[in-house]
Amino acid sequence: MKTAAATLLALMCVLGSAGADSGGSSCVNCHLLLEDARVLNPAKLYDGDIHHQAGLTCADCHGGNPNDESMEAMSPAKGFRGVPKKAAIPEFCARCHSDIAYMHRFNPKMRADQLSQYLTSVHGKRLKQGDAKVATCVDCHSVHNILAVGDTRAPVHPSNVATTCGRCHADAAYMKDYKIPTDQVAHYQKSVHAAMLAQGDTSAPTCTTCHGNHGATPPGVSSVANVCGTCHVFFAQLFEKSPHQAAFAKMGLPGCVQCHSNHEIVKPTDSWVGAGPNSVCSTCHTPGDAGLRSAQGIAQDLARLDLAIAQADTVLDSAERAGMEVSNAKLELSSAREALVKARVNVHTFRDAEVQNVTDPGLEIAKKADQAGVAALRELNIRRKGLGVSLITILVAIAGLYLKIRQIESKPQA
Amino acid sequence: MSTLYRRTLAWLDERFGAGSIEEFLRHKTIPIHRHSVWYYFGGMTLFLFVIQVLTGILLLLYYRPTPNDAFESVQYMMTQVRFGWLIRSVHSWSANLMIFTAFVHMFSVYFLKAYRKPRELTWVSGMLLLFIIMGFGFSGYLLPWNTLAFFATKVGTDMGGSIPIVGKWMLIFLRGGEEVTGATLTRFFGFHVAVLPGLATVLLAMHLMLVQQLGMSVPPGVERAIAEGREPRRIMPFFPNFLLRDMIGWYAALGVLGALAAIFPWELGAKADPFAAAPAGIRPEWYFLFMFQTLKYLPSKVLFVDGELLGIFGFSAAALVWVAVPFLDRQIGFGRTTRFFTGLGVFVIGYMMVFSWLALR
Amino acid sequence: MSVPEIPEKGAQPGRRWVNVLLGSGLAASVVSFLYPAVRYIIPPPVAESTNRSVVAAKADELKNNTGKIFKFGSEPALLVRMADGTYRAFSAVCTHLSCTVQYRGDLHEIWCACHNGLYDLEGRNVSGPPPRPLKTFEVHVQGEDVVVTRNA
Repeated sequence: MKTAAATLLALMCVLGSAGADSGGSSCVNCHLLLEDARVLNPAKLYDGDIHHQAGLTCADCHGGNPNDESMEAMSPAKGFRGVPKKAAIPEFCARCHSDIAYMHRFNPKMRADQLSQYLTSVHGKRLKQGDAKVATCVDCHSVHNILAVGDTRAPVHPSNVATTCGRCHADAAYMKDYKIPTDQVAHYQKSVHAAMLAQGDTSAPTCTTCHGNHGATPPGVSSVANVCGTCHVFFAQLFEKSPHQAAFAKMGLPGCVQCHSNHEIVKPTDSWVGAGPNSVCSTCHTPGDAGLRSAQGIAQDLARLDLAIAQADTVLDSAERAGMEVSNAKLELSSAREALVKARVNVHTFRDAEVQNVTDPGLEIAKKADQAGVAALRELNIRRKGLGVSLITILVAIAGLYLKIRQIESKPQA
Repeated sequence: MSTLYRRTLAWLDERFGAGSIEEFLRHKTIPIHRHSVWYYFGGMTLFLFVIQVLTGILLLLYYRPTPNDAFESVQYMMTQVRFGWLIRSVHSWSANLMIFTAFVHMFSVYFLKAYRKPRELTWVSGMLLLFIIMGFGFSGYLLPWNTLAFFATKVGTDMGGSIPIVGKWMLIFLRGGEEVTGATLTRFFGFHVAVLPGLATVLLAMHLMLVQQLGMSVPPGVERAIAEGREPRRIMPFFPNFLLRDMIGWYAALGVLGALAAIFPWELGAKADPFAAAPAGIRPEWYFLFMFQTLKYLPSKVLFVDGELLGIFGFSAAALVWVAVPFLDRQIGFGRTTRFFTGLGVFVIGYMMVFSWLALR
Repeated sequence: MSVPEIPEKGAQPGRRWVNVLLGSGLAASVVSFLYPAVRYIIPPPVAESTNRSVVAAKADELKNNTGKIFKFGSEPALLVRMADGTYRAFSAVCTHLSCTVQYRGDLHEIWCACHNGLYDLEGRNVSGPPPRPLKTFEVHVQGEDVVVTRNA
């Protein structure tokens, strides 16, 4: 097979060199005729590549002479660089991508620090130590059919990042020697963030959002709260001022992650607070300690407000269905709902008083709304009073009619 | 008679012969016997119909017949308009009361054989009026555009669609399209406030004129007793004696209506969402329940005929027979009450009551 | 055939009282029926349901670059007067967890205090947790009134 191909190749190059200039695409022309996928695919794929669209040819990366139809095109003397070794790939790409002046010819906003970032990452460091299993540029960005980050088909598009990282990091066999878990992607897929991403919200965090992309390094225990706090601003601020900040720092606990997990971040419920079966507080706090008492207080505040709102809702709904005017009360009740939302934010002060500050006004509002609903339902009954009046007049009329009949017919009939 | 009355009558008489009409009405009499109490139900139905017209006109001042506004306008009426809740509840309750008294009136006429010659046309016009009244009920029910009404109309009109040949066309005619939409609402509104009132007025005029012309029918048994001298022939003048008694009944009805409106006000419900799933237990109004339940019991196929179709044909045939009873009951022309027709009547009442009860369980 | 005779005038001593009772009973009952009907016919102060359209403010009530929360049906809504004096109206129910949003004149954006969500003046969700834009309403100035209507 190989000899046949080589013969064919030689034949064509001889025939080809008899011809004229091939217009700068001799690489593609020859490689498209080959059968070995390793040399055929680059030629086949390159049409869709972003570099191709920018006007770059094979030679711009690999060197050589794209006008030469013969094998001379690939001579190192003529500048052919060939396929770079794994450890040399970052520098291979950085030849252009770290050259700001060059990159700005194509995209003025483009960053040119990917290589320097990469060298700080775990991948970069291990590559320099000779580890050939770590990710390099082409492992994430693909090669010969590289797409822009914003293209939904690109392996580095936010919706695909977890899958791309998972190609190695979720492969237990591949990661055997590294002593790090391989369940992160599985956990992440169960998270609220993955769900948001699946719904098309590209602002939702994926692996690179928290770990970085080129300078990929997991955030440290003491700084993970800052990472979460980039989006979850209020929670980070409150946590920082809470008693947990100092306590966690002393114990080396990873801030938000301690209760909310790092990868499998799911929607929390009120039952996480307090001393119940689902409680996260009980992980550290023991029954009887001040912290757990505080947690129970908070849980009760939330539960009370939730119940008050549900009750008012039921009453107002039945009043509305009966045809009474309760739109004002319903509007007021939405403030109580807002208080509950804000109270759940204030849970992160881990102080019962702070939560009560928000739930107490909320309870007042819910109670008033409930009263309005009850009053509306009572109004239905008050109408009976008006009914009483008209019933009396009707009874009088009936009495009058009856007596009139008796009167008319009192004479015995002849 | 006061002079004012006499002078007004004379003035009108010179213009359209009011005198002879007044004379006729003044001498109108009602036969009195042990079944006379049933004579009140015709007038009661008419009275409730008048209540419907009056409250209906009041509702028309605020109601909007489009899907965007219908529910909101009823809600507005019930919450913002003074006594709007009362007018609306009275209209809804009176509708049900009227249908009930109409049925009582119809069955009392049936069992007292008042349909016999010469009153066949009174019976036919009355039956048509009954169908029209039920049409009023069906069309009016949709107008608040709440969930219950929307799906009850869907189910109700669905049944008509299964009739072969004309069924599809009938469905599209009723619904104003393939599905129940805003077009259906507008159409039903047109039926409810224009078409049906027009038809009802014509038939009512005919029905009342026939009643005045032919007088009140005396049941055959009583007539025989009078003829054989076992019972004296007793009558009562319509003005003022019977009318005063009528008025007691009407006032009592008003009292009942007011009480129902205040103690059991008609619910507003939730606005209809055509794309939501039908809530469980959708039923038509009580006067359609016996038909609804019958259709539920019929198997989906009887021999080669679609079960629902069989049910619809069955009811149509039954209705036709019922309307034609004056022409079918030959014996009654000879003053002989046959057990067959009495039995048929008992069967019909029993059937309707049993199947309505079954539907409510 | 017997017809009950109409008694002569004055023959019965209680006759007048019966007439009085009957007359007053009939009159009183007629009044108790007419009273609700008459009050019903008089239009209420709010001429139309406020579910579809509502007067949100008076024409000179809002300064430029300020917002006002008003009641629209049973939900809060936001009326914003822009820097150039024109009006925009949105549902004030945040699309994240239904808190009530407010206009921030300093940011020229609509902000939700619960989780720091931000919407621009087209109602688009531009920052923070809100997943969807705010519902927009139509605003028209009719004389003295700024009227907000739901989009059809």
